[in-house]
Amino acid sequence: MLGGRGVLVSTASTIVFFGALVLLVALSPGVQLVGERFFSLDDMVRSLQGTETSPSVLGAFWLNVRIFLVAEVVILVFALLIAVVRSIPGPVFFPFRLVAVGYVDFFRGVPLILLIYMIGFGVPGLGLQLFSNQSPVVYGTVALILVYSAYVAEVYRAGIDSVHESQVAAARSLGLTRWQALRFVVLPQAVRRVVPPLLNDFIGLQKDTALISVLGPIEAARSAFIYSAENFNYAPYIVASLLFVLVTIPLARFTDRLIARDRARRAATGGVR
Amino acid sequence: MTGPALILERVNKSFGLNRVLVGVDLQVARHEVVCLIGASGSGKSTLLKCVNLVEPVDSGRIVVEGDEITAPNVDVNRVRRRIGIVFQAFNLFPHMDVLRNITLGPRQALRLSQSEAERRADELLDRFGLADKRAEFPDRLSGGQQQRVAIVRALAMQPEVMLLDEVTSALDPELVAEVLNVIRELASEGMTMLIATHEMGFARDIAHRVCFLDEGHIAEEGAPAQIFTEPQNPRTQRFLQRIIDAGRL
Repeated sequence: MLGGRGVLVSTASTIVFFGALVLLVALSPGVQLVGERFFSLDDMVRSLQGTETSPSVLGAFWLNVRIFLVAEVVILVFALLIAVVRSIPGPVFFPFRLVAVGYVDFFRGVPLILLIYMIGFGVPGLGLQLFSNQSPVVYGTVALILVYSAYVAEVYRAGIDSVHESQVAAARSLGLTRWQALRFVVLPQAVRRVVPPLLNDFIGLQKDTALISVLGPIEAARSAFIYSAENFNYAPYIVASLLFVLVTIPLARFTDRLIARDRARRAATGGVR
Repeated sequence: MTGPALILERVNKSFGLNRVLVGVDLQVARHEVVCLIGASGSGKSTLLKCVNLVEPVDSGRIVVEGDEITAPNVDVNRVRRRIGIVFQAFNLFPHMDVLRNITLGPRQALRLSQSEAERRADELLDRFGLADKRAEFPDRLSGGQQQRVAIVRALAMQPEVMLLDEVTSALDPELVAEVLNVIRELASEGMTMLIATHEMGFARDIAHRVCFLDEGHIAEEGAPAQIFTEPQNPRTQRFLQRIIDAGRL
């Protein structure tokens, strides 16, 4: 792709660009202080492992991972349900479609952090037997599920809409019912097409698990905050950030690979589908 | 039971202000092959779609083997199982291999067991020289092979009537023959067929009767020899003259 000269130019420009960036930081008046506060290796290691008074950031991060895994599974199913309801034709189903549209409109618009507060403090206040004595982790996860399901439902819907109506016509012409056509012909193609944007949303979900910290559960961001407050050092924030980045990078690369594969496949078939 | 396999009576269909079918009367006898010819937009495809209930008719009756399928509250899914349709653009399911494309209808709509549906599919694939393609996905097949699979998919439902909608129009010229041969074979086996086509030579060969559609109604119909050699209606004459001028007859 790059010729010999291309490699030379790209190397040079990379060196100049990052050199300038490093220089800018190094010459800033507060570099010494920020270096100590944010990048002290000792504090990084200690916060990662945990001390007697502050929980391990790594251990706390495990809670983020569990929240993510549970929320992801629920969202995949729940969002598909919303998208399908929104796609059912016929006047009889108008109220169902209305509910689905209203759901998506509301939960896509409300800031996640506000919803976490509303559910985390509102539902316990209701004093309902089963719903009001759950842990903050549960409330936070429910908020994540509600908001992300709205996004993912739209992704699914885009996929459903992208399947050409001639596919439905072909299925119906074989005597399949509307549901069978949706289930066997439309959805399998729709889901396959939206895997990359779906994974993209899940990268967002993965890091937004940190927002649950506002309800108090000790996940990665909260444990970093505790260490930082006790030691007046911000290194644990760097540690927690790196942990999030580390788990999102494989997902991002995986998404890229799926997109590339999809493109190659489409090119191979000349776009005729 | 005797009587025609398919009857259309005064069928009307409009898309908005555009009157696509205007009082169409047509009968297709059992084992008869009827070809619909006419310019693009003359209503050939719409007529087939109405018979398959893809498009609802505005008025008029359509009767298949004695059952009025345009009656209110008719079970459209049951009707469609009895009528096979093949589209211009094949419309195979790209996410399924050939075998699953063919067995989907029999399994889900006819509730056949998997082994029974596969047995039926393999028999048809064998007959039409596609046995080695059973595990292929549609995008690995040529257009001609895809269209043959689409025909097999329709046949697997064991329909009483087959509707073919411009089935060779999307094909490269060298692939047309293999598809036409399949249709010839079906005709020789006595399959009742209603075929919309631009292939005049093929229509002349295969049809028992040719209907010339013009502006939504059947302007002229008759035996191919008569329609193609001494058309009576001036519109038919003009249409065929254009075809001849284009070197296609």
